[in-house]
Amino acid sequence: MQHVVPPVPFALEVCGLVKRFDRPAVDGLDLTVRAGEFYALVGPNGAGKTTTLRMIAGLLRPDAGTIRVCGIDALEDPVAAKRVMAWISDEPMIYDKLSPQEYLEFVAGLWSIAPELAAPRAHGLLHWLDLLPHAHERCEGFSKGMRQKVALAGALIHEPRLIILDEPLTGLDAGSARQVKRVLRERVRAGGTIIMTTHILEVAERMADRIGVIAHGKLIAEGTLEELRRQAGKGLDQTVAKNAGASVGASLEDTFLALVAEEAEAA
Amino acid sequence: MMSAPGTAVWFARHEWRLAWRDWLAMMTAGRRERLRRVVIAIAIFVIFMHFVAYWTVGRYANAVPDKATLVTISASVLLSWLLMISQAMESTTRAFYSRSDLDLILASPTAVEKVFAVRIATVAVSMAMMALPLAGPFIDVLIVCGGWRWIGAYGLIVAMSAAATALAVGFTVALFRLIGPKRTRFVAQVVAAVIGAAFVIGLQVAAILSYGTLSRVSVLQSQAVLALAPDAGSFIWWPARAALGDGWALSGVLALSFALLAAVIAVVAPRFGEYAISAASAGGAAVSRPGHGGAFQSTSPQRALRRKEWTLLRRDPWLVSQTLMQMLYLIPPAVLLWRGLDNSHGGYSGAYLLLVPVLVMAAGQLAGGLAWLAISGEDAPDLVASAPVPPRFVVRAKIEAVLGVIAIVFAPLVAGLALVSPWHALVTIGGIGIAAAAATSIQLWFRSQAKRSQFRRRQVSSRVATFAEAFSSIGWAATAAVAAANLWLAIAPGLMTIAVVTGAWCMSPRPRHA
Repeated sequence: MQHVVPPVPFALEVCGLVKRFDRPAVDGLDLTVRAGEFYALVGPNGAGKTTTLRMIAGLLRPDAGTIRVCGIDALEDPVAAKRVMAWISDEPMIYDKLSPQEYLEFVAGLWSIAPELAAPRAHGLLHWLDLLPHAHERCEGFSKGMRQKVALAGALIHEPRLIILDEPLTGLDAGSARQVKRVLRERVRAGGTIIMTTHILEVAERMADRIGVIAHGKLIAEGTLEELRRQAGKGLDQTVAKNAGASVGASLEDTFLALVAEEAEAA
Repeated sequence: MMSAPGTAVWFARHEWRLAWRDWLAMMTAGRRERLRRVVIAIAIFVIFMHFVAYWTVGRYANAVPDKATLVTISASVLLSWLLMISQAMESTTRAFYSRSDLDLILASPTAVEKVFAVRIATVAVSMAMMALPLAGPFIDVLIVCGGWRWIGAYGLIVAMSAAATALAVGFTVALFRLIGPKRTRFVAQVVAAVIGAAFVIGLQVAAILSYGTLSRVSVLQSQAVLALAPDAGSFIWWPARAALGDGWALSGVLALSFALLAAVIAVVAPRFGEYAISAASAGGAAVSRPGHGGAFQSTSPQRALRRKEWTLLRRDPWLVSQTLMQMLYLIPPAVLLWRGLDNSHGGYSGAYLLLVPVLVMAAGQLAGGLAWLAISGEDAPDLVASAPVPPRFVVRAKIEAVLGVIAIVFAPLVAGLALVSPWHALVTIGGIGIAAAAATSIQLWFRSQAKRSQFRRRQVSSRVATFAEAFSSIGWAATAAVAAANLWLAIAPGLMTIAVVTGAWCMSPRPRHA
């Protein structure tokens, strides 16, 4: 059974999101991602990036706030929201004792994709990700890169409108990382929306349309790299001066460090 | 006293420190503050075991080494020894395949044969350390009631541990050479399970075939066995004589066992590293034959979940060996049934009463293990949680997967029972259903996310769940046994078992969020 969701301007709308463990992990976060956008979420360790994404994916229940995915209230109707989303974490979620083909069949079953649609899509994805020669081998002997590619194929088999990725490139070699990045770009080109956390700032800088900087559970800055540079302002001049550079061409790393330092000072 | 780095003593200290901390973590579930409670529980257990020992073996303290005594002691020794071999094979397989520190050892410029010699010796010592607390109370009681001659039994346990380790290592290495590292792990696990159970089951089958009961003693004390047994002076009885306090026999058994262990260490230790590397290189992926010509099957999320669970259960070597253990214990009841079907005089009707609790107990235990794998041992919890399937559907599909396996395993036996005794079959069906449901529910209440590979340690995560599952299975087995004889009398054990399950539910952790 295929569920048709009408096109909406925003793939993700998060408002006043709160999650507390021993201390607030996410503290009144507001975030909007446009449909067809590649959005990167960066921030220091413990800033609340993963917690935010897990709440969006329906893996954690927020203490307060609202989440709308492609216009669907994800807290009111989580099943409908999950139907248009895919979640990929840094630890590939696959089964050692299943082959990639069997894994994709299982995921297609979970998302109720008709077999006549799922089988050719699986074949295409396996081919696209260079997994076809290993399609019937069990995943137990696969490298981290291959496992991540299997997980990525699983995430794409139901053609999600919003893909949520938590550090998808961690531990991947250059070849696998390039392949994953290519797949993600293709998805955005085909109209999909991606929200991704990463510690590799060059990736965010090169791939993302917009970047959100999160610290202490709050979104402290957001925009294109140029907009972020402007927001960083004086702090960025000081950071760049330390590195004997020019603030006009400051990298995302400089900008990020300046923004986080300013936030720490304000806190 | 410090030992020089790189010496065998230094490695032994390292191994013992790791083994001790591992044991401590297992007993306290990683919480040091529980240590006092664990020590008190062990002390209570040891005292209790002394009472059990007095009740079971106290009257044999003054036994004389005649043929009947030697046969009975030898059988007990053989049974314990087989269990030790089974456990030692488990440990050896883990030593080959565990990568926790092998990379470090193999990459270091140390003499690896020393490390592996120590490691094999450690397996032997740990076998003895596991057996001594269990056998100790029985030996203590025999010493108190029958004199110091029984102290030789402690020496016998040490000898048995050494010999069991030597055989286990030798057998595992032989498997490596014969079938290769890739298949050895699975085969060794299955063989370990079979060895552990085979002797008891063999005796039960022999008892059924000869005497129509499930009693093992009936075979050991039979005239046929005594007539076939060698003369009392034969070396076959050395272990039994050693246990009875014969110093020469004990010296002989100890010398032989240590010689065997030393020989195995001398042959295997220098090559152990090579075997470990082969085991690590054996990760070559198994190929799954694509069903339905590679086409996807039409399916719903629930069916996809059920099918996934069944595929994973089928491909899990540990589970296969565990299931095989359960199946092995079902062989004696199956033989009893087969004999009953073959016997038109109905002389076995009393024995069917024994079948009911055996089947119910086995179903409860099997369901507990399967439920843990399906519910807690989910390797991709985020994938399932992020799928557009309501959580209750996921849980239901997993429960159906567990109950489906139980139905497949027990249906043939219950069908056989129905042919000879419909009433007993009906009670058994009810008992199996309730025991499996209770074990599955307990696993559901106490679920904690873990990798399937942590199956061995599932008991550590919750002691309450472990005990509740065991008492529930025993309780439902007892209830079914009583119900098979008199339905009204079964109310009392049934209520007691319900209280056990309810108690487990009350003690189970509740989800924190609304």
